[in-house]
Amino acid sequence: MSLDALTPGSAARLVSIGGERSFRCRLMELGLLPGIEVRVIRRATIGGLLELEVRGCRLSVRQGEARLLTVDAANA
Amino acid sequence: MTLKSTLRSRKRIALAGNPNTGKTTLFNRLTRSNAKVGNYPGITVERAVGELDLPGAGRVEVLDVPGTYSLSARSPEEQVAIQAIAGLHPLERPDAVLLVVDGTQLTRNLYLALQVIEIGVPLVVAVNMSDMLRERGQVLDAGALARELGVPVVEICALSGEHLDELRKTLDETLEVPARGCPGPRWSPTSEALLADVAAVEQAVPAEWLRHGGKGGDEARRRRVMALWALLSLDEHDEVVGVPESLRAAVRERRRLASDEGRDIETEIIRGRYDWIDARASAFLRSERAAAPSITDRVDRVLLNPALGFVIFLVMMGVVFQSLFSWADPAIGLVEQAFGWLQGLAVRTLPPGIFADFVTHGLIEGVGSVLVFLPQIMLLFFFIVIMEDSGYMARVAFLMDRLMKSLGLHGRAFVPMMSGFACAVPAIMATRTMERRRDRMLTMMVVPLMTCSARLPVYSLLIGALFPPRDIFGVVPVQGLLMVGMYLFSTIVALIATAVLGRTLFKGPRVPLLLEMPPYRIPHWPSVLRSMWLRSKVFMTEAGTVILACTVGMWLLLSFPRDPGIQARFDAERAEAATEQPAGAVLEERIAALDREQAGAELRASYGGRLGHWTEPVIAPLGFDWKIGVGLIGAFAAREVFVGTMGVVYGMGDRVDDQSVGLRRRISEEAHADGRPVYTPLVGLSLMVFFALACQCMSTVAVVKRETKSYRWPAFLFAYTGILAWLASFAVYQGGRLLGFG
Repeated sequence: MSLDALTPGSAARLVSIGGERSFRCRLMELGLLPGIEVRVIRRATIGGLLELEVRGCRLSVRQGEARLLTVDAANA
Repeated sequence: MTLKSTLRSRKRIALAGNPNTGKTTLFNRLTRSNAKVGNYPGITVERAVGELDLPGAGRVEVLDVPGTYSLSARSPEEQVAIQAIAGLHPLERPDAVLLVVDGTQLTRNLYLALQVIEIGVPLVVAVNMSDMLRERGQVLDAGALARELGVPVVEICALSGEHLDELRKTLDETLEVPARGCPGPRWSPTSEALLADVAAVEQAVPAEWLRHGGKGGDEARRRRVMALWALLSLDEHDEVVGVPESLRAAVRERRRLASDEGRDIETEIIRGRYDWIDARASAFLRSERAAAPSITDRVDRVLLNPALGFVIFLVMMGVVFQSLFSWADPAIGLVEQAFGWLQGLAVRTLPPGIFADFVTHGLIEGVGSVLVFLPQIMLLFFFIVIMEDSGYMARVAFLMDRLMKSLGLHGRAFVPMMSGFACAVPAIMATRTMERRRDRMLTMMVVPLMTCSARLPVYSLLIGALFPPRDIFGVVPVQGLLMVGMYLFSTIVALIATAVLGRTLFKGPRVPLLLEMPPYRIPHWPSVLRSMWLRSKVFMTEAGTVILACTVGMWLLLSFPRDPGIQARFDAERAEAATEQPAGAVLEERIAALDREQAGAELRASYGGRLGHWTEPVIAPLGFDWKIGVGLIGAFAAREVFVGTMGVVYGMGDRVDDQSVGLRRRISEEAHADGRPVYTPLVGLSLMVFFALACQCMSTVAVVKRETKSYRWPAFLFAYTGILAWLASFAVYQGGRLLGFG
């Protein structure tokens, strides 16, 4: 499933990151590597940002980008 | 050259770290008060250099490297980090690197530490805010971290200044014995496949990138560092500069080969470093108990609440806005009074003539027109620094992103856009809070369209003169409605311009937004004040000189050539008045009236006056006559100067203001040669529309020049807003006439 389908408060393991190379690199350099646990903290208003927690750090991405992150909720 | 040679003999420390680690606070705490702020060569990234006194090394220079999560770069702005730390052209190699890491976000911060260690520059790690780890039920073992990294580690608290003596001591020791901070690379590629990729790219690393590396093994190490950097940084979309095509080709080729084998080089490198960190995290980070909900969580529940969060945000913006509008006013008034007094002093002490005129109206007025911006700039930066340092700015971006995204910008553009309502000059300087060049440029190009406070006197004069106070439906005052209308008009045009420019001139690949939401922190007040002051100083020294030069230029334009005939004519009239009238109040009044008329006659004969005449064919279709043209030229100094210039043009002296009844009456009575009034309500509307859109403000143009480092963008801004203003005024005036108004 894609990250943006997670409900706020729930966590899942990152499986892969899609999208452009520079976007993937940026996320990976922030520590978002496949296997890491990602938690969705909250959503801004409809269509807005998604706040995530990874490695104890908080990070916001747009909904469109969150769709590029595939996660595995069963394995959290 | 003496300055440069003294600097070279001094040791140099580069201060680096992730954003939001308290790096600037530490910089302000460590360095003496005489820090210098400028730009890195060729780009608008702030470069602050300070001095630090150490017992052994003596006075050393501290360079504040822009906050970054890694040394990889996709743009010249991001390239600064690798240049400043590895000493690549045009920056020089530091003698040591001081890396500030956030104790609460250690694993992510250590990624940058590993990269710096790979480069082989002596490193000292300062762990900030490790006391906050307790909130998460964790404890840092700094000794273990130092052992694993192989470099000195000092736990500090930048906010309270604790353990800074220890940090200074450690820096001193590391400068003395560089080997202490210089272990071998912690991680290096081990898999055969990756080693082959790196080796292939190493061959293409240009020789000048190795020059600072020193001899023997050092050079091989540096070659590897730059090869890894290239593999993570370069692709077809990057804007990185100074990279030879052969290196790009090598990276492309290895990436293609890897992809054929189903490998991803970037993932292998980044994962390699993170695996190294994660494998050792348990050695230096011990979990003691379960984490408690943090203060940040509790605060965010309110401040990011979809309803309440917006209300609080709007209230805060209201405070910022109000402060720029009215709290800055007393200070602005004070600056104006002080310069008025200085002008009076100059008039009294200097012999009357061209020199006195230059000093009072050229020089003093010029410096005054620079300093008059200071209160607003300092206030806006005061709020911006607080918002940045407390972590609230990221929340503003979070809340406003949806709206700004529809304009092709992101949430961070909101504060500069909003500040444009007060004054475009600080607002343009505030665009620096955005990382991307394209976003900064786009914001700078539209901020001057917002109705700034300098337009108010012009609107107020024209509305007061041409639209009698009357109510529509008995309740809605026409004058107030017009004022609100002008605000709405300018905002709508600014939003449309943003959308249009963003989709045309500033069209580019959509860059995903990655917004760190740092924990809330209490700002360090001396550091806030210092950051505010340093930025204001940059405005004064860099934009200020351009503004000063323009003011002097305007003065030349409006006071030359001097026509001795006019002087002689008015001298004769004054002499005649003196013979007709006995000395007294009546004569004095007559003389004063003649003086004002002379000033008007001189202005009309000046280059500026002639320019006004020449512009008449251009502005006539907008309903303006040449006298308004002179006023528009004068308004380029600053919009509110229009009021004073019109006063002089109409021979009423320059002491008029927008409330002055005489000037208002003069404007409503001013007639063409054939007796038609010059100012009809339609002309007034056309003129206000022109003022709303034209970037008639040399200070704005000067600041854009300073922030973009080019003449092209300020020229573009001036031209496009001018054309837009002309077209809109034309539509209003000619459209209005077709409809039978005016």
